[in-house]
Amino acid sequence: MARYLLTRAWQSALTLLLSTIVVFFGVRALPGDPALALAGEDRSPEALEAIRRHYGLDQPLPLQFAQYVERMAQGDFGVSIRTGTPVSSMLTTALPVTVELSVLAILIATALGVGAGVLAAVRRGRPAEWLANALALIGLSVPHFWLGLLAILYLSVATGLFPASGFVPFLEDPVDNLHHIVLPAVILGTGLAAIIMRQTRSAMLDSLSSDYVRTAKAKGLRPRAVITQHALRNSLIVVVTVVGLQLGGLISGAVVTEQIFGLPGFGKMTIDAVFQRDYPVIQAVVLLTATAYIVINFLVDLLYSVIDPRIRVTGDPA
Amino acid sequence: MTVLTVPMAETGSAGVTRRTRVLRRLRRNPLAVVSFVVLALAGAIALLSPWLAPYSVDQTDFAHTFAPPGTPGHVLGTDDLGRDVLSRIMLGARASLQVGLLAVATSLVIGVPLGLAAGYFRAWDALISRFTDLLLAFPFLIMAVGLAAIRGASLGNAAVAIGIAQIPGVIRVVRSDTLRLKSLDFVAAAVVDGASDLWVLTRHILPNATSVILVQATVAIPAAILGEAVLSFLGLGIQPPAPSLGTMLATAQQFAARAPWAAVLPGVVIMGLALAFNVFGDALRDALDPKGDRR
Amino acid sequence: MTTVERAGAAAAVDTPVLEIRDLSVSFPTETGTVSAVDGVSLDLASGEIVGMVGESGCGKSVTAMSIAGLLPASARITGSVRLDGTELVGTRESVLRRVRGKEIAYIFQEPMTSLNPVLTVGRQIGEVLQVHERMTRRAARARAVELLTLVGIPSAAQRVDTYPHQLSGGMRQRVMIAMAVACGPKVLVADEPTTALDVTVQAGILQVLRDLRDRLGTSILIITHDLGVIADIADRVVVMYAGRVVERAPVNDLFAHPYHRYTAGLLSASPTPGRHAGTDRLQEIPGLVPVLSTQPDACTFADRCPAADAGCRDSAPPLEVARAGGTDHLAACWHPCPSPRSQIEEVNR
Repeated sequence: MARYLLTRAWQSALTLLLSTIVVFFGVRALPGDPALALAGEDRSPEALEAIRRHYGLDQPLPLQFAQYVERMAQGDFGVSIRTGTPVSSMLTTALPVTVELSVLAILIATALGVGAGVLAAVRRGRPAEWLANALALIGLSVPHFWLGLLAILYLSVATGLFPASGFVPFLEDPVDNLHHIVLPAVILGTGLAAIIMRQTRSAMLDSLSSDYVRTAKAKGLRPRAVITQHALRNSLIVVVTVVGLQLGGLISGAVVTEQIFGLPGFGKMTIDAVFQRDYPVIQAVVLLTATAYIVINFLVDLLYSVIDPRIRVTGDPA
Repeated sequence: MTVLTVPMAETGSAGVTRRTRVLRRLRRNPLAVVSFVVLALAGAIALLSPWLAPYSVDQTDFAHTFAPPGTPGHVLGTDDLGRDVLSRIMLGARASLQVGLLAVATSLVIGVPLGLAAGYFRAWDALISRFTDLLLAFPFLIMAVGLAAIRGASLGNAAVAIGIAQIPGVIRVVRSDTLRLKSLDFVAAAVVDGASDLWVLTRHILPNATSVILVQATVAIPAAILGEAVLSFLGLGIQPPAPSLGTMLATAQQFAARAPWAAVLPGVVIMGLALAFNVFGDALRDALDPKGDRR
Repeated sequence: MTTVERAGAAAAVDTPVLEIRDLSVSFPTETGTVSAVDGVSLDLASGEIVGMVGESGCGKSVTAMSIAGLLPASARITGSVRLDGTELVGTRESVLRRVRGKEIAYIFQEPMTSLNPVLTVGRQIGEVLQVHERMTRRAARARAVELLTLVGIPSAAQRVDTYPHQLSGGMRQRVMIAMAVACGPKVLVADEPTTALDVTVQAGILQVLRDLRDRLGTSILIITHDLGVIADIADRVVVMYAGRVVERAPVNDLFAHPYHRYTAGLLSASPTPGRHAGTDRLQEIPGLVPVLSTQPDACTFADRCPAADAGCRDSAPPLEVARAGGTDHLAACWHPCPSPRSQIEEVNR
């Protein structure tokens, strides 16, 4: 167990280091003078010189990188070129929106995906399976931002059931907050549900045809107990892996969804930054995404060891 | 072990090759046939669209903007600049397919050699899996944002961003198939006979891994098509005035109040293309599955 | 205990716990219906150990699984399986569930894959007790420790909280047995219980089964392709071939003089006790087990049989008392082996 955790922690740390290097050089690869990019509105030679000194741009690269890591670790992502506000404070307002949207979406996706996947596997060869498979295929093929668009046009605008755009912080008015975020979360969640469903179904089909499920049936357990206690429990490792892997899709999806529903989150901030060439913001977004991805996947690895005793005890992944 | 040990005759005579068996299974699957026909049609239209399209995609007509579908002369109507929607959808679909193929080609060119190396050489495995982890840390949209920041938004950059994001998937399937093939007797025999690693990889493992690569490609193309639509919708992909289904949707959102129908068709076309690839990919996977009974 | 004593013990008991009558099982496939079991009849007396032998694919496992209705829903089952006189074939699932694990319990071939890898062995044993005996989880765990001790697992109190992968193959199979006997079933069906184990471990497992029969009076149906196992543990033997019972006899009768040509072939293909190692060569039975559905009106063994003639291909021989021996030795053969067995071997040589 300890060995497993140490290996995973070391691997995650290495990946984090590598991605920081990539972003560091990515910033160096930006068109033009990095000092110019970091300067924002004030582009006087004195200001540029000050920035060069402040960010150590005149230092050798390894030293620059060390200072860069130190700044990032302290949450100093620089100042937005367009608004002049520190990027970190922009993130503090934008992140809660995105986190709330993502958490809701992943909950919806997991519930739908696992539920439909189990149903399809258990009702193999019956209409329920056929329907679940067809829906999953469509879910895999439909552009979700388009669904969002249609939802706004034909649900929000036409019926007024949901607000077409905007956001209210949860702490200000929880009900209104949910009212604004539920439709985007459902749209984002159903997109991810399709992949989760297909993987869950396939893992469940494997479990259901396994010897230990035959044993469970031979013990006289009820079908529900056979499915949940034995088949699903053994499929969980696949389910958790798939949900973990959806994180990339979740981040990409959140950006688009926020753009469509006008949610003032991280995604909208990113897109605005690209068009305004607001490089400090882009850098922060890229770095933060990578870090979030790596950290959450490390947590998923920890979860494995809770689910599967073979990992917990011997340290060998199943 | 299976529950049942039913006496069965030997299935499939020795004369039937694997390829003909796979093709026969595909022909017998109506979904495979339908999706294949749809893809063939879409491919033909995309190839011929510059000649098939009734209007030039850039031909504006400010006297007839936002013509609804069914308007004489413009079967699917016109957009905010009076351009013919049918023509733009045809060329947009062409661009979608282009990006899809380009992205998947990118991911295969980089992913297949890495997957082979990771599966075949133990020493490379750890290195390549760190590389995979690194790629996974940058979701395709973030990758596209970074590329757009550095190199500007374009069809090519969108395809590259999507392709790079698909590399880990290619590495994973090729690696696991290489591991499987490496343990088989014919590969071991080739190694004993003194064949070089490169020879074994290119003559024995790669040809046998083509089926998984093919399946991976068929599911990666629709994902890339959806990716292109997202990027173009956000303005990070194909740049106006070049036609793209994603930008058509962005325009539709902008003018939703005046022409709500404009949001429907481009989406349907994207979905149709992606669905056809996904259905065909599923059918192909089933046809290639030696167990053959998992749908 | 010698085979002679065991046969005597079996004869003393007459009312069968389990009666299988004319059981047939078939499966619909793409190429038509495939028959897996065809008209099998078999009794299992209280406290009796019956061995069922045959090559792979002869219908042994399907027969075993059909007893408690464990076959997939697509299976078509006809005939009768009675447990203490109660019909099980065609019975509702809810009724069968109360029989499974409580009255009829199973042990399977692969103890590694047959145990759930993510649950402790204590949980898996306790589960049966929680379901059938309405025990609390704590009581079930305590009972699981006793059961593990019963099947000969040392330091059971610690082992109860381990996971299957932490145990050896033999220990896992003992766990399977503990799970099977948890509710004191009347019938234990052991499907190739020792096949996946080392020879040294096999003997221990068979000893545990014998002990259980002696202490709890459990009837055991043991399915194997290993005649050594049969000789070691069974009171009576049923030989199956291509879905049919071809011979049925007390164990020592069968080994002494097999009547059916297939049984004879099986015996000469196995290194069984009573043979002189090194002097005899193992004989192979030529050919493969046929697809049963193709020849309903012929002896299924005719194509591989050294003594087959045209008559064997025209009609299937009934299972009947074979010549002057005891009335409990039955064979389905038109041209049974001339006994004793040594004669055939001479011919073979």
